Formats: sequence, structure tokens, C-alpha cells
Amino acid sequence: MRLFIEAVKGLGVTMKHFFLNMFYHILRFFHLSHKKGETVTTQYPEEKRETFTRVRLRHRLLSRDDGRLRCVACYMCATACPAQCIYIEAEEDPRNPLEKKPKQFIINLGRCAYCGFCVEACPEDALRMDVHVPEISEYKKEDLLYDIDKLTHW
Amino acid sequence: MEWVIAVAVKVIVIFTWALLTVLYITLLERKESAVIQDRIGANRASILGLRLNGFFQPYADALKMFFKEDYTPPFVDKPFYYLAPLVSIVFALIPVGAVPVADSIGLFGRKFPLSVIGSNVGVVLILSLLSLAVYGVIFGGYGSRNKYGVLGGMRGTAQAISYEVAIGLSLVGVLMVFPSLDLNEIVHLQNRYILGGWVPLWGIFLQPLAAVLFLIAGMAENKRVPFDIPEGESEIIGYFLEYSGMKFGMFFVADFVEILLLAALFTTFFLGGYNLPWLFTEGFHFPWGGSLAMSPIIVRIVQFVTFNIKLWIMIWFLLLVRWTYPRYRFDQLMDLGWKSLVPLSIFNILITAAVMVVIR
Repeated sequence: MRLFIEAVKGLGVTMKHFFLNMFYHILRFFHLSHKKGETVTTQYPEEKRETFTRVRLRHRLLSRDDGRLRCVACYMCATACPAQCIYIEAEEDPRNPLEKKPKQFIINLGRCAYCGFCVEACPEDALRMDVHVPEISEYKKEDLLYDIDKLTHW
Repeated sequence: MEWVIAVAVKVIVIFTWALLTVLYITLLERKESAVIQDRIGANRASILGLRLNGFFQPYADALKMFFKEDYTPPFVDKPFYYLAPLVSIVFALIPVGAVPVADSIGLFGRKFPLSVIGSNVGVVLILSLLSLAVYGVIFGGYGSRNKYGVLGGMRGTAQAISYEVAIGLSLVGVLMVFPSLDLNEIVHLQNRYILGGWVPLWGIFLQPLAAVLFLIAGMAENKRVPFDIPEGESEIIGYFLEYSGMKFGMFFVADFVEILLLAALFTTFFLGGYNLPWLFTEGFHFPWGGSLAMSPIIVRIVQFVTFNIKLWIMIWFLLLVRWTYPRYRFDQLMDLGWKSLVPLSIFNILITAAVMVVIR
């Protein structure tokens, strides 16, 4: 008998979850409330969860006010990179002969470990990882080599 | 001739209804478990971008099942192996045809019961067909030539046979109160009212203990969680271990047909079948004096809808039970069957008999 009571109690727990969640689902269906009850599902492609501010995702290259890249091709990021996924080819900056500028700046996101060391190492604050887009996916491996064009357009 | 046509129409309509219900039981199972577990559940299947929150999911599931590879292992015992899914599904589906979904209708000067098998020994028929369903399990296990399959089959047989007793004995109490073996007649007898016409004389009010016992024994007969030891997903896969594709799908559908059958039987025996309270053949007669005349066809439609509503409430409850409890151990299961359900159902028979003698 005691077991039977406990079994009925267990039924009560699931029933509570069912009715509570169903109540909020129905309210949401009629646009009366946006609460989800205890449901934790995020309907991914339509509905996206907010990323945390500290999260490290895609890289981007920042520009100066006059449109030139901030990057001076100092190789600090490439040196700091533990996965060795940054390839830089430097050339002289025609507008300011004291500076270099990257001719090619390629990050192989297929190898990148998203550790953020390159961002830490950058003396010019030219490289950041604050593009909060988690969809870094390509159909071909070669497309994961992100060059200047892709890194400046996010 | 008219009789043949009427039976053919009934077969088509009622089995279509049954299989559609089964399809949507699978959807309800997915959605209800999701809601219980704080999820949302399948809602992506769409036709032309129309999703309706998963309304088309069962069709997608069925289609997937049809297109899976149907592999027959070389070592199986072919006749038994091919027979098992058929036996399972056929003996699960036929009893559904014996359940009346609405009152019988008069056509061409004859009475046509609105169940495929309008038998006057419906209860016996259903019980015997249910015991035959055991062969699906044992053939599946034996024909697979697989140790786990045989184990699952043996477990399933032991379970089904021992709970058969409890089902039969718990129904005896109901048959004592509603003295008929005809399901339609049993439903008719539940359309009486007591306490000044306010309380319907449903089985659950007359035989509460039998209702609980029948429900538990029926769920055990159904071989789903908490009584799923023939399957035992985590340790032995069970009697359908060697089945794939649509042959497995038939076992799977048979499971859901049995849910439908159990819910339909419970509704018929204990929840007043297709009776809406105070709805008689000519319309409503309310206990507060009012009445509302309705044409016989409308009455049948209302009864059918009532039956479906009760059925879905029962199915919902069965699924709730399935998603609440963990599995019984084999000895616990046998204890529950032989040491609790059978004695309690005999006790129920005695009490019912005593009360009936006293009242008379």
C-alpha cells in the first residue's frame, strides 16, 4: 500500500511537469506569454541563444579610421599561435614607409583551437575574436582558410 | 448482400480509424514525453513548409520505416521469423474491431452494430485473441535463433500468460455487474443513472478495484515500460532483436495498437464506452428535467466523438505511466502478478458477489 502511494506520487511529479509546461505552451501559442515554463529547448535556426560576451568565436581584422588595416604584419600572433594556423606575408606600406602591412593574412580555422592567444599577443589591437556568430562551417576544407577579405567582412 | 457491403464498409472505416489513431499515438508519445521532460518534441516535419507543430511527423516516421533496409539474417528460422510480426499485429488489430465505437444503427430493416465484429461473446473473443498475441512474441524470439531473442521471447511469454489470468479475473467482476458478454450490451448497461439520475452507472464507479487491476494487468500485457522486461532495452534487446525495417516496424505498430486496444477496452468496460452522460438514443434527458431531441445519426456522431475523447484521455494516461516509472525486475513482476493482482481480483469477485447478494 505504501508502495502504491509512492507510485501515485511519482505519477504526480510527471503530471505536474506535463501540465505546467503545457499551460505555458498554450499561453505561448496564443501569444499571451513568452515564458516557456520549465522547457529548456531553443528552436535553433529560428531562435538563437545569446552568446556570452567572453566567448571566443570567429576572428576579425580591425581597420583604422582611414580604412587601412591596423595590422602591421609583426608576426606576433603567428608566433603565439599554438596551432600554427596563422600565415602572414608582409609587404611595405606605400602610404607610410615606416610601417609594414600584411599582403596576405590567412587564418586556417580548420586548425584554429580558438584559444585567443593571437588576440592577446597583438600589439596593435588589430585582431579580435568578438564576432558572435557560431556558424563557422564550410563545405570544403579550403574554404576554411579565412583570408583578409573574409576576416574584414564578418 | 447489404450485409456484406455493410461489413466491408465497417472494416475499412473502423480499421482506418484505428490505424490513424495508432499513427497519432506515436506522435502523442513523442510530444507528451517531450513535455514531461521539459523538451518540445518533434516539430520539424513539414509539407510545403506547413509544420503544424509536428502534425505530419508520424507520416515521416512511417515513411522512414518503409525505406529502411529490411535485412534477414541467414541463420533465422524462416517460417517463424516471417510469421512473428504478422501474428503480433494481426492479433493486436482484430480485437480492436470488436470494440463498439457507437451505438448500433438500423439499416435495411436490420441492426448493424458499429463494431467490425458485432459478436455477442465479444469479451471472450477479445480475451482469447489477446492470448494468441503471445505467439507473436514467442515466434519472434524462437525464429530469430538468437539467445537474447529467445530470452526475450520466454520472458514475454511468461509475463503475458501470468497477466492473462489477472485480466480475466478482474473482468469477471465487471461481467457480474453488467451481466452480458456482448460489449455493446455492456455499454448499454452503463447508460443507467443513480442518485436521482446524477451519477452515471459506469464500471469505474461500480468496480473501482477491478478498474485499477485491469489497468495494471493490461499495461503488463502491453509489454511497455514499466513492464518491458521482454524488451529490456539496456540488457537484452528482446524478441525483435534480429528484425529490421518494416518487420520491426510491425512489432512497433503492434505495441501501439495494443495501447489503443487497452485504452478502448478500459473505456468500454469502465468509462461507459461511447456514452455521453444523459445522452440516450433519442437525445438528451437531463436529470434537472430538460431534454433535447436529436436525430439518430447526430446521436451516433456525438457518441463516436465521446468515445474518442475518452479513448485519448486513457491513451494520455497510459503514456504518462510509461514515462514515469522505471522497469520492474522479473521476480518483482511475477510477485506483482501472482501475489497481488490475482488475489486482489479474486477478492474483488468475492466482495462484488457479497454486495450483490446483500442488495438483492
